[in-house]
Amino acid sequence: MTSYLLKRVLGAIVVMWAVATLVFFMLRAVPGDPLQAMLFDIGDPHAADVLRHKYGLDRPVYVQYALWMWNVAHGDLGASIYGSRVPVTQIIAEAFPRTMALALFAFVIAMAIAVPAGIVSAVRKNTPLDHGFTFLAFLGLSMPDFWLGIVLIIVFAVKLHWLPAIGFAPLSQGFGPWVEHLILPATAIGTAFSAILARMIRSSMLEVMKADFITVARSKGLVETRVVLKHAFRNALIPVITVVGIAFALLMAGAVVVENVFAIKGLGRVLIQGILNRDYPVVQGAILVVSAIFVFMNLVVDVLYTFIDPRIRLR
Amino acid sequence: MTDPLPLLEPGVPVAQARRKRARWLKLLLADRRASISLVVLVVLVGAAVFAPYVSPAQPDAMAFDMLTPPSWAHPFGTDDLGRDLLSRVIFGARISIFVGIVTVVSSMLIGVLMGLLAGYYGGWLDTVIMRYIDLQWAFPNFIIAVYLVAVFGAGLSNVIIAVSLAFLDDFARIARGMVLTVRERDYVEAARALGASDLRLMLRHILPNSLAPLIVQATVSVSYAILAEAGLSFLGLGVKASTPTWGLILSDGRSFISRAWWLGIFPGVAIMVTVLAINFFGDFLRDVFDVREAAVEEGA
Repeated sequence: MTSYLLKRVLGAIVVMWAVATLVFFMLRAVPGDPLQAMLFDIGDPHAADVLRHKYGLDRPVYVQYALWMWNVAHGDLGASIYGSRVPVTQIIAEAFPRTMALALFAFVIAMAIAVPAGIVSAVRKNTPLDHGFTFLAFLGLSMPDFWLGIVLIIVFAVKLHWLPAIGFAPLSQGFGPWVEHLILPATAIGTAFSAILARMIRSSMLEVMKADFITVARSKGLVETRVVLKHAFRNALIPVITVVGIAFALLMAGAVVVENVFAIKGLGRVLIQGILNRDYPVVQGAILVVSAIFVFMNLVVDVLYTFIDPRIRLR
Repeated sequence: MTDPLPLLEPGVPVAQARRKRARWLKLLLADRRASISLVVLVVLVGAAVFAPYVSPAQPDAMAFDMLTPPSWAHPFGTDDLGRDLLSRVIFGARISIFVGIVTVVSSMLIGVLMGLLAGYYGGWLDTVIMRYIDLQWAFPNFIIAVYLVAVFGAGLSNVIIAVSLAFLDDFARIARGMVLTVRERDYVEAARALGASDLRLMLRHILPNSLAPLIVQATVSVSYAILAEAGLSFLGLGVKASTPTWGLILSDGRSFISRAWWLGIFPGVAIMVTVLAINFFGDFLRDVFDVREAAVEEGA
């Protein structure tokens, strides 16, 4: 067990190192000097040299690489090249909780839709109800999440005035405003995932319902609801846990776009604004942190799974 | 040409091919969802190709009736510059569908080549290629595309490159897996024993037998690529300025949705209908080819 864990953690570290290296070299391989973006409004040829020296860009690439790795390993991601040169770590520290809140809320919404839909489709297999849910699942997968966000704004904010159209309210302003601001963006992100989840729960339930212990439970005379919920559903959830990692990846990818619809300054908005402003330190930092979240989630899911299915440890 | 025994060609006799085609048509007509989807796709592609002839106005022709709601003159309404939204959506189909197809074709070519090489030769080549594929596999395709646009910069050609590269891991994995299962089959052994070259073995004997899952994956990928392009364009990372794409039209219209809901609705409906039709048709292909459901879990 320990050696398996150790191997997985080492693997995750190697992946993060590879991502950091790729980010470093790819951003430098591209034609165009990041300093040009900074110097647009200065126009002084000497200023470029001064800045280049200041940021160590006049040093050999391998020295820059070593420095960057050293700084990253110490949690220093540089500073934004705009305005008051806010440290990238500070920008990310402010954005991170917003994205996490959004992703978690989206997960809750997705589960709330998928669990009943999946169970009902399995129990009422091949009925109009099941076909209806199948169609809805396809629909959910075919809608761009950012467009669903726009539609939700038009319906619930512009027409009905039920919920705020944009923005984010931190939990410190109270639970009510926090939830109100999260419902629409989280629904936009969670819908596509609820479709995948519902299909998985359905097929997993169908598999479990064939098992002997279900027949036993029925022949004991248990009520069907109890058989379905207590005996079948619990066991059907096991394979579903494997998609939690994929789930999270999808929700994060959704957040990157949807944060921009709802003007929520989370990691996605920081990343996209950084790209649009050619703010390289911010882009590098955001890519690293978003990647780290993925790698970490994959690791957590792998470890979780060894507890559920001990055979994996032996591999 | 190098094959000394043409009798061993894995071809299908003509009569059998005709029977196969008839079976296909029968299956398609029996599946109402798939046949409707196919009709929708043909109409969409037709509208895209013949956009100048079928759209009521030029996509960038401005007029003084700005932000007018849908009417007989403008079925989808007009935007803030008085441009006819229906015409813009029809012209938008050109780039959106073009990007979807071009990216998937190039992604499939590169990905399949990588997978073939890795699976066929094994050894260090396999290790290097698969390490990279595994690295990419750890991230959602859309995030990879955003990362790549961050590196290359925005613009149509960069979006095509970014989305193509972002999707190639799916194809590489399938191709490699198929090579590994097909490689040991008797007919491949036989062809090898007869002195067929590596290239011929890969392209003539192994690839044709791995086509079904690749075709299914390609269909699904086109829908994801269309969604990815729309997302990138919406974020301002895609195609610029006057060329309308569905994502860009939505992005342009976003500031006006409080006054003009149609700007926020119709371009998205176009994306949804296209993607839905492709997904339904892909589902039909999956049944016909009897490919196990794997692609759906991966997401965009």
